[in-house]
Amino acid sequence: MTALNPAGWRPEMNAGGADDSTTFTGNRALMLEEPLLFEIGSTETTGVDFDEDVAAADLGPLARSAPIGLPGLSESETVRHYTRLSRQNYAIDLGLFPLGSCTMKHNPRLNEKVARMPGFADVHPLQPQETVQGAYAVIHELAEWLVTLTGMHAVAMSPKAGAHGELCGVLCIKAALAARGEDRRVLLVPESAHGTNPATAAFAGFTVEDIPANAEGRVDLAALEERLGPDVAGVMITNPNTCGLFERDLKAISDAVHAAGGYIYCDGANFNAIVGRVRPGDLGVDAMHINLHKTFSTPHGGGGPGSGPVVLSAALAPFAPLPFVTKDGDRFRLIEEENAGEAHPDSFGRMTAFHGQMGMFTRALAYILSHGADGLKQVSEDAVINANYVLRSLEDVLEAPFAASGPCMHEALFSDKGLAEGFSTLDIAKGLIDEGYHPMTVYFPLVVHGAMLIEPTETESKAVLDQFIGALRSIALRAKNGDPALKSAPHFAPRARLDETLAARKPVLRWEG
Amino acid sequence: MRYLPLTPDDRAAMLAAVGAASIDDLFADVPAEARLSGPIPGLPMHASELAVERHMAALSRQSRVAGDGPFFLGAGAYRHHVPASVDHLIQRGEFLTAYTPYQPEIAQGTLQMLFEFQSQVARLFGTDVANASMYDGSTACWEAIVMARRITRRGKALLSTGLHPHYRSVARTMATYTGDTLVDGDPTLEPGTDWAALSRAIDKDTSCVVVQYPDILGRIDDMSALAEACQAAGALLIAVVTEPVALGLIKAPGEMGADIVVGEGQAIGVGLQFGGPYVGLFACKSKYVRQMPGRLCGETVDANGKRGFVLTLSTREQHIRREKATSNICTNSGLCALAFSIHMTLLGEAGLRRLAAINHQRAKAAATELAKVPGVSLLNAAFFNEFTLVLPTEARPVIHRLAEKGILGGVSLGRLYPDNDALANGLAVAVTETVTEDDIAAFAAALKEVLA
Repeated sequence: MTALNPAGWRPEMNAGGADDSTTFTGNRALMLEEPLLFEIGSTETTGVDFDEDVAAADLGPLARSAPIGLPGLSESETVRHYTRLSRQNYAIDLGLFPLGSCTMKHNPRLNEKVARMPGFADVHPLQPQETVQGAYAVIHELAEWLVTLTGMHAVAMSPKAGAHGELCGVLCIKAALAARGEDRRVLLVPESAHGTNPATAAFAGFTVEDIPANAEGRVDLAALEERLGPDVAGVMITNPNTCGLFERDLKAISDAVHAAGGYIYCDGANFNAIVGRVRPGDLGVDAMHINLHKTFSTPHGGGGPGSGPVVLSAALAPFAPLPFVTKDGDRFRLIEEENAGEAHPDSFGRMTAFHGQMGMFTRALAYILSHGADGLKQVSEDAVINANYVLRSLEDVLEAPFAASGPCMHEALFSDKGLAEGFSTLDIAKGLIDEGYHPMTVYFPLVVHGAMLIEPTETESKAVLDQFIGALRSIALRAKNGDPALKSAPHFAPRARLDETLAARKPVLRWEG
Repeated sequence: MRYLPLTPDDRAAMLAAVGAASIDDLFADVPAEARLSGPIPGLPMHASELAVERHMAALSRQSRVAGDGPFFLGAGAYRHHVPASVDHLIQRGEFLTAYTPYQPEIAQGTLQMLFEFQSQVARLFGTDVANASMYDGSTACWEAIVMARRITRRGKALLSTGLHPHYRSVARTMATYTGDTLVDGDPTLEPGTDWAALSRAIDKDTSCVVVQYPDILGRIDDMSALAEACQAAGALLIAVVTEPVALGLIKAPGEMGADIVVGEGQAIGVGLQFGGPYVGLFACKSKYVRQMPGRLCGETVDANGKRGFVLTLSTREQHIRREKATSNICTNSGLCALAFSIHMTLLGEAGLRRLAAINHQRAKAAATELAKVPGVSLLNAAFFNEFTLVLPTEARPVIHRLAEKGILGGVSLGRLYPDNDALANGLAVAVTETVTEDDIAAFAAALKEVLA
């Protein structure tokens, strides 16, 4: 395996740790330290000019007279402060970001341009309906794509992120059960599920019970069937699952759950593996959220915003939240509280103010239109090829617990088995940082010891993967051989390992100066 | 396809390397009934950048843009001028295309920004601590009610009638399924708030009282007495701020004793965006920090003793506690928090106070002009940049007639409270620094014509 930059730094060159030479500023050439805003700003400084003078307000005792303590910077200082901060971040624009279950793919800049078009960015959610037909058209067009791509009946567009979408789906299930006059309290959730699944179920008042997995890393169908009964509201299942495997028995699971009076919620976080190639509706799913910030490439932004539309089966669609957009002839109409009585009487209500994440809808629609049905099929195929290539290229050096369970889908899963005494998944992750990569997802799913979940996505080239595989192979060997330098990695990041215990024991959550 | 770097040769080589004869081998676990032979029927094929841009631009042109004429809408989303550098900075790839900062050694940019954001929000709200953001104001409000239940172990929340009706709807939706009791109602067209009545309604089962400030009708009031009544009864006071610019001029809820302060941060840095993405603000007294929902960023040191930042107190969260977590929230609104923080940095305290004063002065001028229109009266005794007009007729049709004349003249209470005839003549009007004197004159003239 040839690295792209064979002349560059390699671990053995500097095994003792970072160079300890110091500079006056603490900077290292392009690696620039940046103080806190509160250390450089002043409450008297502002980077905004105003056109007018104002008279003193006459608000009496309600006037805010005490100092607020908000520092300001001039515009030039502001641009520099945030530009310097930005350079301390890793990002998909800089390189491979193989976080399993997070689908860190390229974010096309066309989508940014489109989202800023004034007819989407500078319109108010409560404008008269006749003045925002173009905005409704975007929501409606994206909704039609999502319904068709998933083979489902309807879609609720307003959920704000994946976990909010889960809540939407689970509330639809609750409302459907209530309409049937049933009070089923149990949701079955596999141990391998994202933490949001049990948290959502509990937030909505359900009791969570575990579904066992079989030896190959899939839901144990027989055990599931055994547990079904009149107290079970449904199943929350992730497909492809968090071990990176397609749930081969999903249709049989759906049939069994439906026969027992329950519903199937599918966590769609991993939809990128099958988009354009498999329709979840064909597998009996009743509700599935789609993370537009994963499969449809809206940027993660360092922790959001996301967007989590939920596609629904015919059984759950009547309970979908308000508001939503419909089309009457060539005009679009918003169904909200005042007209829901006739148009959508069984809705479980509103989940958020306004219409959902419009800024993400425009980006996702631009992405979908760019790919088309043929391109999206290629997306899932390339994502799956890339993940299998990583899995098969590393299974001789890292234990792949489900290597024998068939091909993986869009992500490759490894465990920490076979590392030298005292070496862990965390050490491998930190070693990857020094090699110029963002680490994979670590210690998830919980069903695998020291899990390392690698999702390369379809927007990585073979050359990038070959270099990554070479780097991870070398780190795995160092972990197996007990290289002490790996224990103190990263050596070349803006910071060495951070003391998370101290942060939690003595929380400092705001500037105290 | 321009976003896909694998070549046909790469695909063939990689399939061979993994021992697959064709791509279908890798999808062998998909049941036969769900296998599709070609692209999903009924959908268009791929398109060039130019074609997509042309299509989206055509849709964009089908809406009346707020900036294209007189514009007076508020009711939870406010149009302020956002300096150009804000949008430039949030498009730095290192911010835009980063993930949640799970690996702090290579995410100090996002983490330090979040620490600064938390500090700014806490100071703006007059509270001890703030989190790293929620989805929006409405979901932050519900999360605060749930948090009050956890802290007080009581299940009855009293909602002020001045709370935004969408926020109330979100709370109602959730309460239906969680078993919480909500005491709520519609506002009445009176100059003052219902806070004194709320004080009297607190009992031993009350977990919290929720008030909006300024409220849906634009009214402002001192919440100190209500905070004392809550404290005496062991209930929490939750204040909701949907227009944070107001806090450059009027006292912060935390200064008046609110226990939890939540809000919609959209007005600062984010823009209208047809309702989202926005940024939920969430702050509270430090003694409640371990019951907070969402991410928290904290200061620490690295192995070399250098200051650094990490996500902390994660044992509250879903990825650790699963069904016992304080909330199911995961992805929040990081990039909008960044936009808020940059805009607040550009303003600084001096700029925020000036901006707030301009908004208030402009709104007062507009209220005076509009109240001169025959038959129109101003409801509010006090307001910041939004007030309620009482028209001599139903406001909804008036809004549409005004739109025909090119004026977006506020939000009719009939749209917000479709079932309440007593509010039908109410019109909520917001006036920010983006409104000109000519806009106000045009609005007053058009309103006079429509009502004549």
